Amino acid sequence: MSVPAEREPATSAPVPALEVRGLVKHYPGVKALDGVDLVVHQHEVLGLAGENGAGKSTLLKALVGLVTPDAGEIYVRGEPVKLRSVVEAADHGIGMVFQEQSLVPNLTAAENILLGSEGGAVRRGVYRWDVMRRLAQEQLDKIGSKIDPLARTDSLSFADRQMVEIAKVLRIEQRSQHPPVIILDEPTSVLESKEIDTLFAQIRRLREFASVVFVSHRLDEVLDVCDRVTVLRGGQSVGEVATAGAVPRELHRMMIGSTGSDDHYHSNAATPVGAAEPRLSVRGLSGASFRDVDLDVAAGEVVAIVGVHGSGREDVCRALFGIEPTTAGEIRMDGKRISLPNTRAACAAGIGYVPAERKTEGMVGPMSVAENMTLTKQKARCAGPFVAPAKQAGLVDRWIERLSIRTPTRDTPIQRLSGGNQQKVVLARWLVAGDIRLLLLDHPTRGLDIGARSEVYRLMRELAASGVATVLLADSLEEAIGMADRILVMNDGRVVTEVACPNGGKPSPLDLVKEMV
Amino acid sequence: MTVTTGAAVPRRIIRRGTAFRDAGPPVALVVIFAVFAALSPQFRSIANVQNIVDAAAVLAVVTCGITFVLMMGSIDLSSAGVMGASALTVSLLVANNRNDNDLGLLGIAVAVAMGCAFGFLSGLALVTLKVPSFMATLGVSAIGLGVATLMFAGVQPNISDVMLKSWAIERFLGLSYLTWIAAACILAGWLIQRYTRLGRYAYAIGGAEEVLTLSGVRVKPYKVAVFTLAGAFYGLAGVMVTSQLGAGLVQAGNGYDFSAITAAVVGGTLLTGGRGGILHSAVGVLLVMVLTNGLVQVGVSPYWQGGVEGLIVVAAVAAAVIPQRRRNQVVK
Repeated sequence: MSVPAEREPATSAPVPALEVRGLVKHYPGVKALDGVDLVVHQHEVLGLAGENGAGKSTLLKALVGLVTPDAGEIYVRGEPVKLRSVVEAADHGIGMVFQEQSLVPNLTAAENILLGSEGGAVRRGVYRWDVMRRLAQEQLDKIGSKIDPLARTDSLSFADRQMVEIAKVLRIEQRSQHPPVIILDEPTSVLESKEIDTLFAQIRRLREFASVVFVSHRLDEVLDVCDRVTVLRGGQSVGEVATAGAVPRELHRMMIGSTGSDDHYHSNAATPVGAAEPRLSVRGLSGASFRDVDLDVAAGEVVAIVGVHGSGREDVCRALFGIEPTTAGEIRMDGKRISLPNTRAACAAGIGYVPAERKTEGMVGPMSVAENMTLTKQKARCAGPFVAPAKQAGLVDRWIERLSIRTPTRDTPIQRLSGGNQQKVVLARWLVAGDIRLLLLDHPTRGLDIGARSEVYRLMRELAASGVATVLLADSLEEAIGMADRILVMNDGRVVTEVACPNGGKPSPLDLVKEMV
Repeated sequence: MTVTTGAAVPRRIIRRGTAFRDAGPPVALVVIFAVFAALSPQFRSIANVQNIVDAAAVLAVVTCGITFVLMMGSIDLSSAGVMGASALTVSLLVANNRNDNDLGLLGIAVAVAMGCAFGFLSGLALVTLKVPSFMATLGVSAIGLGVATLMFAGVQPNISDVMLKSWAIERFLGLSYLTWIAAACILAGWLIQRYTRLGRYAYAIGGAEEVLTLSGVRVKPYKVAVFTLAGAFYGLAGVMVTSQLGAGLVQAGNGYDFSAITAAVVGGTLLTGGRGGILHSAVGVLLVMVLTNGLVQVGVSPYWQGGVEGLIVVAAVAAAVIPQRRRNQVVK
């Protein structure tokens, strides 16, 4: 779409709408942003690309005042600004459409659009619905949406709600005298292809009176809708490409970088797997967000599933633990068909699950290491119906020593331990009874520093060597390649390809990314 | 395996129509009424229907107040204490046998204002001290009962104020004045809920509080205001009970706290907030009253009534939440 004549074209705009210089943000154990630079020109759509953990989310949150950076500057139209809250960001004309939609579901679309800046629609606390309807309609007209402003938000489709969000964000024009900067974080992840087309048409319209920052996992989308792409990796900006004539392969390479899957994954400790009957055999498994998934894992084998956000791999993993309902397919353990209506059935079948959200799903923070370790396999610590303190103490101490868990005592609340040691306790929970046959590891190294990660890798190797089958959802592609014997690539709810990943014949991340995005 | 690039698996959430969901309680009211009417000629007499509606008046006013709090996703157990304090306040300020006061309407206004003050206290404890509303309002209820007991001081104040006494006795179009007051409260509550920022934000807070914060809305003042508003309704309810009894009693609000929550929930207001409203609650109040009255009229043994009522209430709530049940949902 061409830029209207009365406006200056993006290329010659003297002052960028938004500029970020050397932004740094540390979290315990992680450097989320490591000196990011970013320039958003006026009336352009800038794409932001990068793998999981590249720092995209943190950067966006810093831009709307949800995260306070440790160092670095943000300039809005050349002026340095401090953004301490969403309201302050809005005052500077920066607004964001959040990944998890941020609308109040039980209010009308009009109320959501005007929320927090009702203007003339509320006088002395009293609603004037006709004014509200008119003001909301003006916002919706700007983006050419045909939604009824007085429809309840939760009765709208996802795509329509996205339009409401955009209309809402555009209200910041009222606060700032300048063209706004609109940030769209993963706006397509919940949309279907037709809805995506509509959204892209809107984004191109937005360019006429605003700047847009567009974030997506899907590279084809970024190339389709953006004028320019900035690639982030490891909390830094590693490249900037004009999308006209850009080669996807080049961008892939930028996203991945040159780091390989190296020795600290202990790939040399991997043991070759015999071609015996698989421990786990899944055929045609389908659920709400995945379809026709086939998966075999032999005893002692590590199979990684890779895919972008929304590929359905998390749901497959949860389905194998009886959390996510399935609609079709069969699951066999050691040749015996099993059904997994709930998590108890999965536990009974010798399946263990380490959830991605350790703090909320993996452990009970205020409870002791011993309690957390024996949470699932109660029999291991009990004599009849009663807890046998001596038995529990012996068992827990044995595992603390075996996994070298650093904790003052077995009675220390688990929340006082470091992340790596917490994760070892969560893993030990499945090992104490000695009946584990299949481990499902959902991002087992998330939030851990390198040393702790290395220990978790060593532990995974030992478990595999002892014959436990493992399904791994890795934190990064390197981790998947380094740890796995085989890799399944999922895209849009289906397994699109399977890559052998033996020692000495590891695939490159590039081969995998091609199938993922 | 081959590369498939077929259509994306649909990820839409299927939701059932909200209209269907909201129709439940009114339909239940009609059905239950019809059943009792068919079973008992006394039940369907005009006099009995008047009875039911008149008996619902105080509960309706209390429920109006609690509905706003429940819509926010908070809970309010203070009504019993606030009503006790308000009952004693009004009975000592209008013409009575304990002192020479004769403030009339002003006395009533003071009692309502006192209810506001108690609600304000609950709200303040919630937003500044971060005391969960369950405990904050339980505490305020105890304070209210304490204040009432101090004022009671061992001698029951009987009121002689003609106007206040007439509320419970005089009738207009076949219904007592108290019932008309309750109807006015429901109308006022509905207007607040629909046409004021306070009402809409109370609803929004229950729907997605963090979204309000992200949109730059300061939520705390609205929370305090909602509890204050609820307190006003409880204060008025205390006055109404005093009118019925002709005397100020510490126990004026006994049992209304949980009955009001029951009525609101049966009417379709969720304890987690964000759904329901004044009209839902009004239907809930009628449902509860029809049930209580009907069980007596059809001759269910009084020994059975409590249990049967409880069963029906649990069944009604279960039916109301069926459309939103999901696997592994945590219910507390």
